[in-house]
Amino acid sequence: MTLVDLGWALLRIAIMLGFLLGTLPLVIWLERRALAWFQCRVGPNRLGPFGLLQPMADAAKLFFKEEIVPANADRLIWALAPALSLFPALVAAATIPWGPNRLLTPVADVDIGLLYFLAMSSLAAYGVLLAGWSSNNKYSLLGGLRASAQVISYELGMGLALATAILASGSLRMTSIVEMQAEPLWGVVPFLHNWLIFTPWGLVGGALFFICMLAETNRAPFDLPEAESELVAGYQTEYSSMKFAAFFMGEYIAIIAICAIMTTCFLGGYLAPVNFSPIQTLAETQGGVFSVLATITVALMPPIWFLLKVFGLVFSFIWIRATLLRLRYDQLMNLGWRFLIPVGLVNLALLVVYIVFGWVPALVGYALVAGLYFATVGARRPPKRTVELVSQAQPYRPKEAHLG
Amino acid sequence: MVADYAPLLLLFAIAIVIALVMVGGSWLLGPRRPTPAKQSSYECGITPVGSARERFPIHFYLTAMLFIIFDVEVAFLYPFFVILRELPAEVRTFAMGIVGVFTLLLIVGFLYEWKKGALDWEDPIERRRLQPTAEPNPQPALQPVSGEQ
Repeated sequence: MTLVDLGWALLRIAIMLGFLLGTLPLVIWLERRALAWFQCRVGPNRLGPFGLLQPMADAAKLFFKEEIVPANADRLIWALAPALSLFPALVAAATIPWGPNRLLTPVADVDIGLLYFLAMSSLAAYGVLLAGWSSNNKYSLLGGLRASAQVISYELGMGLALATAILASGSLRMTSIVEMQAEPLWGVVPFLHNWLIFTPWGLVGGALFFICMLAETNRAPFDLPEAESELVAGYQTEYSSMKFAAFFMGEYIAIIAICAIMTTCFLGGYLAPVNFSPIQTLAETQGGVFSVLATITVALMPPIWFLLKVFGLVFSFIWIRATLLRLRYDQLMNLGWRFLIPVGLVNLALLVVYIVFGWVPALVGYALVAGLYFATVGARRPPKRTVELVSQAQPYRPKEAHLG
Repeated sequence: MVADYAPLLLLFAIAIVIALVMVGGSWLLGPRRPTPAKQSSYECGITPVGSARERFPIHFYLTAMLFIIFDVEVAFLYPFFVILRELPAEVRTFAMGIVGVFTLLLIVGFLYEWKKGALDWEDPIERRRLQPTAEPNPQPALQPVSGEQ
């Protein structure tokens, strides 16, 4: 490895960390503002334009706060747990390509890119579990246990969902996964890209991955580890000052990183929705305005497409948080083990059928499995008991229609 | 080949420094005025009762054990997924059969633990109580709201 390579590596690391740490306050601001809009509030709007500087002010405040060390805590582990949860979030995105050129390629385009991401994201479970245990607080312990059981359960579904991308591209390298999606749609529509989400297996895998993504980052409706109504703040209860900030940062950076993975594996990465290569051919033959257009579409737009997709996903996280109720713990575990794992396995089996026998048997297989599911499990759904109670009750009518 | 991983080591070093600065920073920047009340475990303002080094449900252990089995299974499948497209057509069906048998064994194990109740998180007594019966509830738990009075 020469000095020049080292320089490039440092530049790419700087870009990646700059992207993660730079979008972090933006995401926090977006979450607070968007949640406020969903709830007909105003949200933080005092510091800077539209309240954009609010996250910085919060960070500065946390930096100068007193750190309260619980007397009963296991000091060393307690102090290292936030670092253990921040570290994997910072390094997990290292194999994601942000754009096609040399500056924006992944920090390290290793041939086990996806495996690296899975390894790093499962490291985060340690930080949470150790934080919960070492605080010597009952809320922390329960929060840590819940979080680790949840994270490892949904790790399986996530592995199965990402396996569709591996099977479809035949590689664990992130850049090859994006290149596979640059092909024409279904091999026949030349002006569209073959994003994995547009294929049946990609659609099922993408839906699985999206659910697992919410659970992996402990977001609503899977935010049981931090269920504030029962567990105060879960594993973060005993943390204050910058250690709390470290958990907070780790959580949000993990959200950005995992949205970037979803974008790369299922939503075509940095690719535009439409294939712009005809413009490039025109630029070579005609020149003039076409070469300007080609520069824009090929050199400038890819990272912007990537950002747009990532922010779309982050916004959907916030939307879901504003919409859905928190699950019960047994429902969470049932969804993970009894629904996502079987669906993921069947999806992979049908994708293997597609690769080995062609698309006709695969599509027939999808139709058969869907039919079987709705004929057996779907038909045997227990009746909703609440419906009977409601139908027996008289409709509720207030004495005065005071809003009428 | 190995040089591909060198940037990752560099990134690890930088990330460790950032993480340690975040953890150690408040030791330098913040004030320190500890009192016994501040340092006690947080239990919603009430004096803490006992220690948190208590027993906790066995389910969490069980989940971790099952996770190891299935995570290793998925990890074993990845090499097959990577190589499948490169295999010559006549070997593909054979390879699919072999991996199919491997997966089938694990699915049998999965069904066994499912039927044994290793995936059940509800209290069994509570579960029987909540089991929906064929006929509607004879006595509704909620009294109907009498109309306008």
